[in-house]
Amino acid sequence: MSNIIELKNVNKWFDKFQVLKEINLEVKLKEKIVVCGPSGSGKSTLIRCINRLEEHQEGSIVIDGTEISENTKNIENIRAEVGMVFQQFNLFPHLSILDNCSLAPIWVKKLTKKQAEKLAIENLQRVQIEDQALKFPGQLSGGQQQRAAIARALCMEPKIMLFDEPTSALDPEMIKEVLDVMTDLAKDGMTMIVVTHEMGFAKEVADNMIFMDEGRIVEKAKTNDFFENPKSERTKLFLSQIL
Amino acid sequence: MNLNIIKPNKDNLYMYLSLGIILLSFSLVDIFSNNFLNFNITGFLPSLISYLSPLILGTFGLHFIRIEYSGNKTLDTINKNLNSSNVNAILSLIVIFILIKYVPSLLNWVFFDANFLGSTKEDCTGDGACWVFVRVWFNRFMYGMYPDAEQWRINISFLVLLFSIGSIFILPDRFKKYIILFLLFIFPVIALNLISGGIFGLKWIETGAWGGLSLTFIVSAFALIFCFPIGVFLALGRRSDLPAIRYSSIGFIELWRGVPLITVLFMSAVMFPMFLPDGTYMDKLMRVIIAITLFEAAYMAEVVRGGLQALPRGQYDAAKSLGMGYWRMHFLIIMPQALKLVIPGIANTFLALVKDTPLIFVVGLLELAGMIGLAKTNPKWLGMATEGYVFAALVFWIICFSMSRYSQNLEKKLSTER
Repeated sequence: MSNIIELKNVNKWFDKFQVLKEINLEVKLKEKIVVCGPSGSGKSTLIRCINRLEEHQEGSIVIDGTEISENTKNIENIRAEVGMVFQQFNLFPHLSILDNCSLAPIWVKKLTKKQAEKLAIENLQRVQIEDQALKFPGQLSGGQQQRAAIARALCMEPKIMLFDEPTSALDPEMIKEVLDVMTDLAKDGMTMIVVTHEMGFAKEVADNMIFMDEGRIVEKAKTNDFFENPKSERTKLFLSQIL
Repeated sequence: MNLNIIKPNKDNLYMYLSLGIILLSFSLVDIFSNNFLNFNITGFLPSLISYLSPLILGTFGLHFIRIEYSGNKTLDTINKNLNSSNVNAILSLIVIFILIKYVPSLLNWVFFDANFLGSTKEDCTGDGACWVFVRVWFNRFMYGMYPDAEQWRINISFLVLLFSIGSIFILPDRFKKYIILFLLFIFPVIALNLISGGIFGLKWIETGAWGGLSLTFIVSAFALIFCFPIGVFLALGRRSDLPAIRYSSIGFIELWRGVPLITVLFMSAVMFPMFLPDGTYMDKLMRVIIAITLFEAAYMAEVVRGGLQALPRGQYDAAKSLGMGYWRMHFLIIMPQALKLVIPGIANTFLALVKDTPLIFVVGLLELAGMIGLAKTNPKWLGMATEGYVFAALVFWIICFSMSRYSQNLEKKLSTER
């Protein structure tokens, strides 16, 4: 199977500080990858580079056969194929949940309002909050907001979903409802890259684990190998601290 | 019986209450007789104490009336609002004394001693205001030098305007956007042609004859409509990634913000025509409206920029990650939120704009305040400046207050945080 995401020797600096160092990563269609690592290790920056919310300075990133760089003409088209879920949900507070979900399909994918709303309701059903469709984000709990944000991303029918610490801003009892939705999504065969510290979720869902530290990928391994016999000392230390 | 004047207690509630009311009545009687009967009850005291006696008596009275948690609900509410401590009691008394002293004479001037009927200055025999002045000149205050026979054209324009604004509130949502489009793009053209004439057999009326309140409305309306979008684009330009656009926006904003409006108006009237090629001509009113528009647009840009900067970066990220480009992101996601945040600032700028319109007198255009300034110099009506400017103040206040109320309603309506 071909690679849907390919990163080759990606380097990125914030001013003089190097946040990503020589990143090489290949993701196959329908593969699920969980990225973990201490804070400041560049996990979020890595996935933000994949839909170019951040620019990389060296190396190449190829998404579904298109290289993304500053010369890329239609970066919007690539972003439309890569859904993203944020730590802080980032729902649009001035729009109802239904409008949050149908806005981009109407304006970017040029669906009619009717089609877009049908699509939105389907995806809200998928994350089990269709009864909240007409409320505004401010009226929902954190877990519901994050599920609405997942539905919003799914409405663009993306090939890849990126999750940037989706449960870090949630109360403990709401984490499960979001992880359940993500697990379902994984079972449906979505290609996913998830930055998270939820190791239970990682063991259940991930095909491969990536451990990052100081801007480098320290270890990449099959999930079982990663947890049972990690190779590098740094990974062992990290795992011993969080498990 | 144990009377303690420092700390009243509940046991002697009615004792304190009656004592307090007696003292307070003394103080009010004193003030009344001083003001209206020209008789100083406390005249036998040294002059400073006599002067302050209502305040002193009243403060003691209120001190006795105030008994913490008297149990009487009405009394407690009054105490809580007007009389919660000795300092507040003194402040309440001072406000009451000021009202007693000045409100009656103000009412006398405005209503009871004022003259409403008549047609010349000589009809004003009372001591109060001479509203005859406003009545006689009312037509000029509204229409300026616009010929009487043609004033129906202005009236129709404003009726259409009022009617379409009213229908926005009444008609269902799906008609709303057509009315707004009509108001923004079609109505200004129609109104301008109707008022200036020169087509369809309407008599041409040059802009020099326009004036009064209708000119205030014309200048404000055009400046409001155009300064808003220009301001929005300038705000976006100032935050643009492209240096050429960013620096020209900054330059434009800082240039116009750094210059007083009155000099801008002078320049538009005196210097601007010198730069025009020979033979081209631009109407004076048009130049003034453009000058005010650009001036206020610079302020608007900074207000809008404040809103843009208040939005979290996550909103940009989310919009981009859904595949929206620059314009879609800004007009669907960013602007609706940013503008909602800065409604108070926008209303502020709009009010300032309306109140800046009288400055167009420097180029010889006379709107409401300007017409009043002209009328008060009429030899038959000398000494009427106060009446005229009170009238102008009232009219401007009504306009600005309704705009301010509207902006508050808008804020409430658009609020989605519950």
